This record gives sequence, C-alpha cells and structure tokens, in this order.
Amino acid sequence: MIGALAALLVLQLIGEVLTRVLGLPVPGPVLGMALLFAALLVRGSAPKPLAEASRGLLAHLSLLFIPAGVGIVTHLEAVGAVWLPLLVTLLASTALAMVVTCFTLRALQRLTGRSTGT
Amino acid sequence: MSELFRVWVYLAEQPLLWLTVTVLAYWAAHRLYLAAGEFPLLNPVLVAVAALVALLLSTGTRYQTYFDGAQFVHFLLGPATVALAVPLYRQAHHLRRLWLPLGLALLAGSATAVGSALAIGWLLGLPPAMLVSLLPKSVTTPIAMGIAEQVGGLPSLTAVLVILTGITGAVIGVPLLRALGERDPATKGFAVGVAAHGIGTARAFQHSEAAGAFAGLGMGLNGALTALLVPLAVWLFGL
Repeated sequence: MIGALAALLVLQLIGEVLTRVLGLPVPGPVLGMALLFAALLVRGSAPKPLAEASRGLLAHLSLLFIPAGVGIVTHLEAVGAVWLPLLVTLLASTALAMVVTCFTLRALQRLTGRSTGT
Repeated sequence: MSELFRVWVYLAEQPLLWLTVTVLAYWAAHRLYLAAGEFPLLNPVLVAVAALVALLLSTGTRYQTYFDGAQFVHFLLGPATVALAVPLYRQAHHLRRLWLPLGLALLAGSATAVGSALAIGWLLGLPPAMLVSLLPKSVTTPIAMGIAEQVGGLPSLTAVLVILTGITGAVIGVPLLRALGERDPATKGFAVGVAAHGIGTARAFQHSEAAGAFAGLGMGLNGALTALLVPLAVWLFGL
C-alpha cells in the first residue's frame, strides 16, 4: 500500500519535472498517468497493491474537487452579473460536446466494424 | 461564551478545522444523495460546495484561510490523476483495436467543447475574461486552471466552471445519450469523460467499470488535446 502510494507520488513528481524542463503544455499529473500507463503495458499486469491504492483514491474522486469548487466564493460579484448567459453557454456546450463525441464514436465503430464490445 | 469565542477564533485559523469541515460536508452531502435515491441535482460536490460557500460567507472566513486546510484534500488530485492509469490499463486491449474511432471522436468532441463555448458565449455577450475562463471547462481541474492562466483567464473561476461542467455531465450525460438511443456503456462513458472530465468519470464508474474506464480514457486524452486547442482558439479569435 505504502509502496503503491510512493509510486504514484514519484510518477507525479517525474511528470512535474519533465513538463517544466521540456516546457510541455500538459500538466505533470497527466504525464505521470501516461508514464504509469506505459509502465503497466510493459509489465503486462497491474500489481495488486497499486490496484487497491488507485481504487481507494478514485472511489471518492468527487471529494477532491470540493476545495477548488469553493473558490467560487472569490468570484461571486463578477459571476453574479453574468451568471445566466454563463450558465446557458456552459450547459449547451457541454451537452453538444457529449452528443457529438457519442455520435462520432458510434458512427466510426460502424464504419470500421470495430466496437467497444461491452 | 467568550471562552467559546476564543476557541472559535483559534480553530478558525487552523488547517484542521477546514479540512475536517470539508470532509464532513462531503460525507453529509453523499449521505443525502444516497438517501434521495441518487437524485442527480443533489450531486454531492454541488451540495458540499454550496454548503461550504454559505458557511464561509456566514462566518466571514476568507477563502485563503479555508484553502490552507482544504489544500490537503486538493493535493490528492495529483496522485488520483496518476492512478487513473490503472483502470485505463484494464481497457488497454480496447485501445489497440479502437484507436481510430476513439481518436476521431475525441477530436470532434474536444473541438465542439471549446468551439461551441466560444461561439455561444460570444453570441450571448460574455465579457472576454469570462469567455476565456470558460473555454477549458471540459478538462480536469488542474489542467483547466493551467490553461486558463496561460491564456489570461481567471484560474479560480475556471475551477468553478469546470466543476459545474462536470456536474452537468454527471447529471444529464447518461440519460441524454440514452434518450438519443445510445445503448453501449463504454461509448456513453467516453462521451461523458471527454465533455465532463473527472466528475463525469466518477459518475460513469457508478454506471459500470467499462463506462468508467472509457470515461477516464476520454478525460485523459482530452486534457492533452484541449491544452493545445484553447490557445489556438484564443489566437484565432483574437481574444
């Protein structure tokens, strides 16, 4: 368990250092995720402690977004003036993005004859 | 009474208090969500954030003071993002077969998320700072804040818009796509992950393991792509 947590932190650290040094536009943790993904592909299986640690972290992923979300308290005035157009744009754009992604994926699965098979 | 007040003054400045309150708020919001039969609008993140904002305002606590405690939870976003590689890896065999459909669907979805926000927001007359802060809304919080900073938006406003986008995706995503006739959990999951990042992904995991994994995949890929698309859109549009 502690080894798995150390591994996650080390990979995040490597990701942070690499994005800084190479000036990449992706954040460190995302690069860390890519590195771990590559390492698992090479290894051919996910070690049990790592699988458990990641399940533990991801089970309550929602909790981790709360501190950033409370940040709205610093923008109440600015947002108050334009909250309606902002919300309408956000809702419409999010719905559109989901529908476009879903339909494109569906159409291309038909075209290539390869499906997710779930 | 004055003794109590002194204790409060001491605690209000301690990280322990706001860390505890954050975890308690989420726990209570999650219990409420389950008690209400997982009613979508009672999304635990939304309810907990609203409760905490009300608490900060009513006690006159500064966000910085709050965040000094809550940062310990916030920090875990990093390791959790790295940990997403594990469910992704379990779906790796799909990636090998499906790289073309997934890649093109990602490109279409990502461009729609950024382009439609820009077009609709501009039509509705949003001020440039708001518009720019809204563009990275479909990407996970740490990435979106980085992008917003890069293009002159307000990172903390972006964080909130990201959360609202995630909640939107988690609430309407699966029902909307089901209503439009999509049966496959993995396809729905990928669409929700691309448009609504981590919160959408968390919801997709409750739907099924495959939906969650594809959502995580869409979220990860879209993070990298949006980091390139938003600066391009801002440059093209001259914001």
